[in-house]
Amino acid sequence: MSEAIERARTFDAFPDEGIPLESPLAWSFEHVGCPAPGTHSRVMMRERQHDHLILRGGAIVLDEAVRAVLGLSLPARPLELSQGERASLQWLSPDEWLAVLPQGDAFRVETALRSALGDASVAFSDVSAGQTVIELTGDDQALRELLMKSVVYDVHPRHFAVGKGVTTVLAKTSVILRRPDERRWELVVRRSFADYVYRWLLDAGEEFAIGVERDVTAGETT
Amino acid sequence: MFHIHCPYCDEWREEEEFHPRGQAHIARPEDPAGCSDEQWGDYLFFRDNPRGIHHELWVHAVGCRKFFNVTRHTQSYEILETYRIGERPRFTRDNPDGVVASAPESLDDSDIATAAQEVRA
Repeated sequence: MSEAIERARTFDAFPDEGIPLESPLAWSFEHVGCPAPGTHSRVMMRERQHDHLILRGGAIVLDEAVRAVLGLSLPARPLELSQGERASLQWLSPDEWLAVLPQGDAFRVETALRSALGDASVAFSDVSAGQTVIELTGDDQALRELLMKSVVYDVHPRHFAVGKGVTTVLAKTSVILRRPDERRWELVVRRSFADYVYRWLLDAGEEFAIGVERDVTAGETT
Repeated sequence: MFHIHCPYCDEWREEEEFHPRGQAHIARPEDPAGCSDEQWGDYLFFRDNPRGIHHELWVHAVGCRKFFNVTRHTQSYEILETYRIGERPRFTRDNPDGVVASAPESLDDSDIATAAQEVRA
């Protein structure tokens, strides 16, 4: 533990066992409802609960530490998304990256990065409680049409290739839109806007008979 | 649909993602305590309102959230170029066609500010 780590006053924000972790969408699932996916559903939606860590600093300084800790290289080009088996890293701005990690892993990664970086000028913020990931899967054409109704960004595959991620406007709110692979789109939404985005997507996806799959294993308390 | 090129994202993006933040290249006085009230007031409150080429500060508010400069024509509203903070504009009042060869190298922010002062006077 170097002096820099002590100065940074880090703490593990992930609750201990026995304290239920409530999803930002818990209220929505309860009150807005989750239409069950059927055979005619062309779009599926599900929430993925992950930890989110914002990394700020110089690309060259961060790259080495990130390779050592996460086994991923830092996306160097704008709007790039690099993915590993357990974590992903996204370019947000020239000195800012978003790491999406398995739930409960943010503190370990943050501490490891701080030890690896020593006194370098960097900043890490754990924003796990502030945002969540909504994943959309299904029929290509239906997904694209749903997104075309919602975001101002061009989501045609010719313009939005796999491995790209952008921060853009979805129905007047900001959202991070990512395309991790051919079959999936991910929306990183702010906690306070999660219900709004959820309702918007249900409404926009109605014509594709959108279905909501609930992850029963993670964070389920009721 | 109106698109603006963000020099940091290196892409044309929807206008809705951007926000203008006023005149660019305003040099802060080096010795604020030594300024007269008039000089300080000029620095704080008085902005150019030119007819023609104008350098502006914009922010990619929903996006990379970086500030950058825009050279805009105030009559046609045409955006002639966007460039990063610290870079030199290609289109200026003295070089409205953006001729590259004649662009002086030594000009910095204070020179532009001085030039603007002279024009205003």
